[in-house]
Amino acid sequence: MSGTDTTDAPANGRWPESLRSLLGSAGSGGLEAVLLSALALVVAFFLFGVFVTVQGHDPAAVYRTLWLGAFGTRFSIENTLTLAAPIILTAMATLIPARVGLLVIGGEGALIMGGLGAVLAGVALAGLPGLLGIAICCAAGALAGALWLAFAGALKHWRGVNETIATLLLNYIAIAIMLHLVTGPIRDLAVPIKAQSWSIPEAFRMGDIPGWSVHWGLLIGVAVVACVHVLTRHTVTGFSMAILGGNRRAAQMAGLDIGRLTLLACAVGGAAAGLAGAIEVVAVHGAASESLVVGFGYTGILVAFLARQNALAVLLVALIIGGIAASGGLLQRRFGMPDAATDLLQGMIFLCVLASNALAGRLLPGGR
Amino acid sequence: MMARSRITRRGVLSGASNVLTASAFAAMGGFRALAATEGTIGFIYVGPRDDYGWNQAHAVAAASIAEAPGISLVEQERVPETEEVARVMEGMIQLDGVKVLFPTSFGYWPFIQELAPKYPDVLFIHAGGLWKPGDQPNTIGYRGYMEEPHYLAGIAAGHLSKTGKLGFIGAKPLYFVFNNCNGLTLGARSVNPEATTQVVITGEWNNPVKEADAVNAMIDQGVDVICANVDSPKVAIETAERRGVMSVGYHTDQSDLAPKGFLTGAEWNWAKGGDFAMAHLADAEFPNLYRGGFDREMVKISPFGAAVPDEVRAEIMAARDGFLDGSLLLYQGPLMDNNGNTVVEDGTGIPNDDNDFKLSVKWLVEGVTGETGLE
Amino acid sequence: MEGELGWWGVLIAVLGGAVRVSTPYLFVALGETLTERAGRVNLGLEGTLVLGAMTAFATSVLTGSPWLGVLAAGFAGLCLGALHAVICNLPRVNDIAVGIALFVFGTGLAFYLGKDFIQPRAEMLPGLPLGDWSEIPAIQSALEISPLFLLGIALAFFLDWALRRTRWGLLLRMAGENAEAGRALGLSVPRIRLAATAAGGFLSGIGGAFLSLDYPGNWNEGLSSGQGLMAVALVIFARWNPIRCFWASLLFGGATALGPALQTVGISSGYYLFNAAPYMLTLLLLIWASSPRETLVGAPRELSISR
Repeated sequence: MSGTDTTDAPANGRWPESLRSLLGSAGSGGLEAVLLSALALVVAFFLFGVFVTVQGHDPAAVYRTLWLGAFGTRFSIENTLTLAAPIILTAMATLIPARVGLLVIGGEGALIMGGLGAVLAGVALAGLPGLLGIAICCAAGALAGALWLAFAGALKHWRGVNETIATLLLNYIAIAIMLHLVTGPIRDLAVPIKAQSWSIPEAFRMGDIPGWSVHWGLLIGVAVVACVHVLTRHTVTGFSMAILGGNRRAAQMAGLDIGRLTLLACAVGGAAAGLAGAIEVVAVHGAASESLVVGFGYTGILVAFLARQNALAVLLVALIIGGIAASGGLLQRRFGMPDAATDLLQGMIFLCVLASNALAGRLLPGGR
Repeated sequence: MMARSRITRRGVLSGASNVLTASAFAAMGGFRALAATEGTIGFIYVGPRDDYGWNQAHAVAAASIAEAPGISLVEQERVPETEEVARVMEGMIQLDGVKVLFPTSFGYWPFIQELAPKYPDVLFIHAGGLWKPGDQPNTIGYRGYMEEPHYLAGIAAGHLSKTGKLGFIGAKPLYFVFNNCNGLTLGARSVNPEATTQVVITGEWNNPVKEADAVNAMIDQGVDVICANVDSPKVAIETAERRGVMSVGYHTDQSDLAPKGFLTGAEWNWAKGGDFAMAHLADAEFPNLYRGGFDREMVKISPFGAAVPDEVRAEIMAARDGFLDGSLLLYQGPLMDNNGNTVVEDGTGIPNDDNDFKLSVKWLVEGVTGETGLE
Repeated sequence: MEGELGWWGVLIAVLGGAVRVSTPYLFVALGETLTERAGRVNLGLEGTLVLGAMTAFATSVLTGSPWLGVLAAGFAGLCLGALHAVICNLPRVNDIAVGIALFVFGTGLAFYLGKDFIQPRAEMLPGLPLGDWSEIPAIQSALEISPLFLLGIALAFFLDWALRRTRWGLLLRMAGENAEAGRALGLSVPRIRLAATAAGGFLSGIGGAFLSLDYPGNWNEGLSSGQGLMAVALVIFARWNPIRCFWASLLFGGATALGPALQTVGISSGYYLFNAAPYMLTLLLLIWASSPRETLVGAPRELSISR
């Protein structure tokens, strides 16, 4: 799939190597990656089936309901697509830095910062024509997200601060900053029912795709995925990132600007998650509030891993994960299952995908 | 000042017009008596439905409504106040055939208003009392005036507190939390003018560690009655009991959590919503806004704890009668807020059902230590 | 019972809070220290903590014995820890990613199975009244110490000693500092890491038991507000030293109690920022202590996050 697989890992490169093989296609390429993920999914669904059977449910009925809630009706499909839209974007916050060998889990924080950025821009620019306003809100959100994760990238490059821990902490800090602002400095006192920020102008609200009750954010997400695909696979920068991700020393010897690439990867990932936050604001809430903190950033991590570093695969994976989330309510109502059933299934899928990596290169004859 | 002195005629009138619709409905005597109705109702909760708190209060109502023949119930828990709730409501309508929805969290309201035009045959009953003219006709806001039972609990607290210091935990800086805090304080000061209330805002509806910390910190400051306006006061009440201080309940009956220190509690009576559901299913009329206190049985108080002596009980029941017949006003002038501003002029009083006034409360009465952060 | 303690009350509340809130941090941090000193990062201890809390509460409800609950919580944590280690022992599997997966899995499992235990009340762990010499109830309460807290302190000193002075401490450190050399000596590094991660899970599970059976002493989905994740940061804060873990836990616990305590004396804005203080502190410390050229002082060299 990618032509950048290094045949042998550098002596000091265990971390990037393990990350690459985890997220990336290993050995014999795309077909194997697809097979591995499919196998992992099957195993996870089987294990979950065993679990619900032990809990006294009929697994076949559970899976029929899961299908009904995820893809069974037009409403279900719209539901799934709406849920998939933000996680397509937040997945990029993990996926792109992974190209340069960084494990970033800061999509949640970047999304929140993006939402804040969109609100501030939207409030400041009231009076502009609608479309322009929406564009500027989205750009502001992307910028805020980009700066937020670029900060983690800068800490990594210049101070050697571990990016995983830093972005984990930054998630909590972002939530605190946002909640502080919306309960005080930028709270809209005219809204009695909850602590939320000032609202962006009505003109800046993004509508649904005609004929669907799915907002335009979905198509924006798809467009971003396409751009990321081109960036990572068909540009010199993307190629340089892959070299850096594969072997830091080789990148140094090739004279690549490691700092720039690190920052760029984090910033682009952060921009995507920030854009997700901005879309939540312009398409759904119209303001920033606690409602932005619903874990889209964390689900994005799962999606990125399941897609194995392939931007296009993110689209499919987001549909599967979105579908599972969409059917959670129906499982609750039809079977009296706790809402955590879908969390549990996602956790099982995640574990199986990671474990399946052990088979990389062994699944198909002619592998490494 | 403008917003604060909303005792203008127009304010009272607009409040009164809502009340008229509502009392006309009450006069019709509810709809349980109507011909057999059939349909599925859906309850949506923001947290677990057996939380000893807000969600349980609704789940109890759900179960009692579903007892009626022909009514079936679907429920979903832990639905956040985001677009998610719109999807859940739509899912219940489309996939479960629900005809009456009870989305029970306060912050669901905007999503209800957005979805309601799409499903004009479905009735959306929301526990917020936020309906105003111009909102969707197939939506209802109903909610009890919880400040009234808080006032009654305050009487008990004012009598029984040794330090004269009450502690109030609020989850969020919202108007009804302020009203409840004001009610508790006014009740206490009606029997002990020296009584004060300390406020701690935790910032979250459900954060047990923070709630327990707040209780401990307040007790360390000499507070000996705790009241927690959070989703589940279970932790706050149990912590207070363990530290040997008194507590006031909220949402549901929590008397068994604190056999020694429990005084009484402010409880909802959400089952009233069943009347609207039945009316809708029977094609009868229903009000869009239904607010009330003891006068409409929208609120009640929990069974008294052992710590409350008989004469205090009698005094509380007398005050309750005052709310019932309107002779006791919660906000009676002269009334100052805790920054020294007059909020209700001498010689005037706010009718207990002045919904607009209560929605606009952004201040805490004299005797409360703490800030709303909204002024 | 004079009431007015004022700022002294804040201090007592913070100290009391430090003691009460620190215990789960301490147990998770000690567990993570063990795991990381063997060369692995387990980011899933939040899931372990929550599963431990649920298991302990459920066991106490069903059997009436809180101590049995603590044991069950430890066992549940041990299973999750072992699962982490087994998956990580497979080739080409990244330990941090497995941790995140276990976080999702552990909380999902706990919330699923814990649904029936939200309402019941469980028998709580008894406290030791060490403050009875004082007349002031605030001090009495602050010094009503949980036996788990004392156990945690003892464990911190024991682990510090054992890591430095015992044979298995040496093996563990060797797996964490230089796996290559360990292998050359014929050690099974995966097996050492399995033991260390499982033991770490056991301790984290007990940390969860403290949450549900001692302070705040309840079970519902909102019980943990990220203490398990924070404890992972705390280990870095404490530079992988068990005794420093103890001090750092006290600091983080006190910071948690600071917000509500300040409000009782009238400082009522900025509570969200106070809540995030521990995270900011840890980030600042990381920035200050890290260097692009060398690993963090005290960091096990095999650790993915120290490179």
